[in-house]
Amino acid sequence: MINASLTELRAALDARKISSVELAQLFLQRIERLNPTINAFITVDPALALANAREADARIARGEAGPLTGIPLAHKDLFCTEGMLTTCGSKMLANFVSPYDAHVVSQLKAAGAVLLGKTNMDEFAMGSSNENSHFGPVANPWDLTRVPGGSSGGSAAAVAARMVPIATGTDTGGSIRQPAAMCGITGIKPTYGAVSRYGMVAYASSLDQGGAFGRSAEDCALLLNGMVGLDEKDSTSFPGPSADESGLPVPSKDLGDLCRDLNKPLTGLRIGLPAEFFGPGMADDVRASIEAALEIYRSLGAQTVEVSLPNAQLAIPAYYVIAPAEASSNLSRFDGVRYGHRAAAYGDLDDMYRKSRAEGFGAEVKRRILVGTYVLSHGYYDAYYLQAQKLRRLIAEDFQRAFTACDVIAGPVSPTTAWGIGEKTADPVQMYLSDIYTIAVNLAGLPGLSHPCGFGNGTLPVGLQLIGDYFSEARLLNTAHRFQQVTDWHVRHPSMAA
Amino acid sequence: MSLTLEQVRRIADLARLEMPDAEAEATRVKLNGIFSLIEQMQAVDTSGVEPMSHPQELSQRLREDRVSESDRRDDYQRIAPQTESGLYLVPKVIE
Amino acid sequence: MSRNDWEVVIGLEVHAQLTTASKIFSGASTAFGAEPNRQACAVDLALPGVLPVLNRGAVERAIRFGLAIDAKIAPRSVFARKNYFYPDLPKGYQISQFELPVVSGGSITIRVGEGDKAYEKSVQLTRAHLEEDAGKSLHEDFHGMSGIDLNRAGTPLLEIVSEPDMRSSAEAVAYARSLHALVRWIEICDGNMQEGSFRCDANVSVRKPGAPLGTRREIKNLNSFRFLQQAIEYEIQWQIDTLEDGGRIQQATVLFDPESGETRVMRTKEDAHDYRYFPDPDLLPVEISPNWIARVRTEMPELPQSMKRRFIENFGLSAYDATTLTASREIANFYQATVDAAGSELAKPCANWVMGELAGRANKADIDLNAVPITPAQLAGLVRRIGDNTISNNIARKVFEAMWNGEGGDGANAADRIIDAQGLRQVTDSGAIESLIDQVLAANQKSVEEFRAGKEKAFNALVGQAMKASRGQANPTQVNEILKRKLSE
Repeated sequence: MINASLTELRAALDARKISSVELAQLFLQRIERLNPTINAFITVDPALALANAREADARIARGEAGPLTGIPLAHKDLFCTEGMLTTCGSKMLANFVSPYDAHVVSQLKAAGAVLLGKTNMDEFAMGSSNENSHFGPVANPWDLTRVPGGSSGGSAAAVAARMVPIATGTDTGGSIRQPAAMCGITGIKPTYGAVSRYGMVAYASSLDQGGAFGRSAEDCALLLNGMVGLDEKDSTSFPGPSADESGLPVPSKDLGDLCRDLNKPLTGLRIGLPAEFFGPGMADDVRASIEAALEIYRSLGAQTVEVSLPNAQLAIPAYYVIAPAEASSNLSRFDGVRYGHRAAAYGDLDDMYRKSRAEGFGAEVKRRILVGTYVLSHGYYDAYYLQAQKLRRLIAEDFQRAFTACDVIAGPVSPTTAWGIGEKTADPVQMYLSDIYTIAVNLAGLPGLSHPCGFGNGTLPVGLQLIGDYFSEARLLNTAHRFQQVTDWHVRHPSMAA
Repeated sequence: MSLTLEQVRRIADLARLEMPDAEAEATRVKLNGIFSLIEQMQAVDTSGVEPMSHPQELSQRLREDRVSESDRRDDYQRIAPQTESGLYLVPKVIE
Repeated sequence: MSRNDWEVVIGLEVHAQLTTASKIFSGASTAFGAEPNRQACAVDLALPGVLPVLNRGAVERAIRFGLAIDAKIAPRSVFARKNYFYPDLPKGYQISQFELPVVSGGSITIRVGEGDKAYEKSVQLTRAHLEEDAGKSLHEDFHGMSGIDLNRAGTPLLEIVSEPDMRSSAEAVAYARSLHALVRWIEICDGNMQEGSFRCDANVSVRKPGAPLGTRREIKNLNSFRFLQQAIEYEIQWQIDTLEDGGRIQQATVLFDPESGETRVMRTKEDAHDYRYFPDPDLLPVEISPNWIARVRTEMPELPQSMKRRFIENFGLSAYDATTLTASREIANFYQATVDAAGSELAKPCANWVMGELAGRANKADIDLNAVPITPAQLAGLVRRIGDNTISNNIARKVFEAMWNGEGGDGANAADRIIDAQGLRQVTDSGAIESLIDQVLAANQKSVEEFRAGKEKAFNALVGQAMKASRGQANPTQVNEILKRKLSE
């Protein structure tokens, strides 16, 4: 059961071969056994999970089950959950129990998915290794001395270690795709606006996007189906109304059933390979796996064409202006007044602010707040923030040009496989550079997917990134699914997960 | 570009982050590392390029003017560090 | 040197709370006076993860304002974050508009002073933008701490910024009053200054005539016209005294203390904030289509300037009367409805009655024109009876008072019923007046002789006696004519 796909779990639940309660217990036991080693979960709530599972069983008995009813699930710990801790991996929110549910949480609750707990993450989603967590680092289930990637490292490790079949994540600069790649699972970040950000604690609002982790593209499609859709509480979520009342046409896009095209043949699919993604920066073992995967795609009838993203190398500097700028403002609400950490001892009001924030935030969060504060401050705005936004447009335009010559873009997710815990923590810039292939996608707001495509140096998973044009989630999932029909990388699991 | 200690202290102050002297220099070094990465942007001529502040170049959706929220003060104040008589308490505000 | 050697330069920033039912970015109520924090929802409290969604009603009110002052309404405007830490600002930033405000330009005509010295002036507006209000810090002592109430946080504001066009406190107050009347006229703000619905900041500087602008100081949060006037007066004198004593004005934000009547420095430019404005990534640009503007235009009431012009041109009113009658939408509507019922040939007496007896009586009773116990139709019925000589002005006051007290019943015939019931109809039968005058002449031989001896005053005494004898009901013109004729016989 622990290795079963969602389709198989659905069939087993519907045929009463297993109950939702039994399924929840099975995974809760695995969490109990494995979490002390992997540290993928910050909060586990067995009582609530079993209560929800009982409700799911009742619903199944009534014949009212949807695709996710009774399926165990974990949320990244920045989706607000009413009555359960939502820490964002931070001391600032170590005791924060949200009084409301994130839109995504409500949607999946309504679908009958059974929430087991909340997963570990880099503090406020700032990081690429899950080492920036107040609750300690997460171990990569394939090699416990290595990082799982980040910032959604807990979700990726939990799915890889079969502690939960599916999990949510968020991706601001690669935070779904990169840990998916490093943990050997599948992850998708949809088009910006596809998943409501309401109740998803903000890091960088114009880049943050919720998404799905699963063991296969099909599982991701099923989970993402339950997450997307218009939310009136998020002005940037789509589809919007076809025309607003003032008479202006508002582009509307309904992603439809993301499973609808899974089995479409790939014959004639044009896969664009950006020259800039295949340069010397990529490690040899990663390159070998990617090349082999592309060969499989060609054997499936796809053709590969060379494209160019000439401004892609500017994505990192532009990102490290825009994301910290937005973050510095988004994180101002953590002031120790209405919720969150307040210093035990302080003098006046400003001293209370300074101490509460300095104590509540970790080193990387503080660094990004400082960078963001600086680039927005008087006299520097044009040189940094405005310049970064101009580069953002150049980067987005590169993609649009590329998509005139191809249907999807393929390349690596990360230049290397998972690195050792502690290896890059001393130098933030080295850490930032590891996101070279993922960040541009967020700046443009495009959908991106990572699926396993081999093992570097024999033991550590390598992910292949597929990037689509806006709203092309169904095609990305179709592409990955066809690959997974003829390969078995996605069904391999770390030995501890046996 | 290189930040001075004075600048580091000023932005820490703007961001309301206590910055003990012992940390300021280490922070300065790390920030300068980050800014040397950021400075790569300056090599690009972006004249005539329209800034892109958002991936969706759409217009704002508007909400009808209706009261949809009810009083949940007790729920909201249960998570507050310090309240009294329905108010959030903070060190004396001086205007 | 005296004050006359200096030119005063004043610009005003007004924060008008908009009359929406819900807040600008959340569905919480904007009603005033709730218990602390009971109208602060998750969005207003800036709980982690919440997002703003813009209220259509707030944008529409901004459009109304733009149309009312003949300004440019931006087809695309942008919300920005203004970042600073303050406990009444839960997000640590205020959502406001910076580079692309919804309204820019426009002007308001003000009338300054009274009587012969009154003059009109056009004040240019720089811009008006939408933003959210902050909460309140309560300064009672909670064991040495302050209490924060966030009910007001997120209430929509229109910040209306004028050019530095005003040259005296009187002009500043006249502008503030005109703006106050206008926002109430177009029903975008209730104008309740005590509740903080309409708050003024004044930028004040002085200079020698012809010199470049002096350094300004901004007086914050003036919530009555009297304080506005007092604060500016104090500030002008303080700046002149400082400069004449050889001092320099330092740019600063100051607060006015109504107790002492003085201003004191809140912060100087050196410790001014670095607000780090940037476009709010949670909100997309607001598009306002020509269709939307056209629709709002059709729903706009006639504006005071246009009404005033019409009152002068069509009704022959003086500029002063037309200004008085368009000072508020209530008086203007009352007047218009009265003229509609009475007929435009009676527009002038209608004006006199609305501005005089009606406004005076309402003022004495301390009630709004909306709430007076007399309808325009009733007042028109009264004015018509003066016009057709059924009653004199003096008798009309009696009828008015009776009508005010509920006599005469509803409708245009109320005055008639009172006149009939009390027998107040004016005597115009010349035969009746003649016999009345004969009696008066017989009874006042002394006055007759005095008149004939050349004492003009005696004539007035005789008129008075005749009117008295008729209990005021004789037509005064006829009394005059007949008396003159009889005395010259």
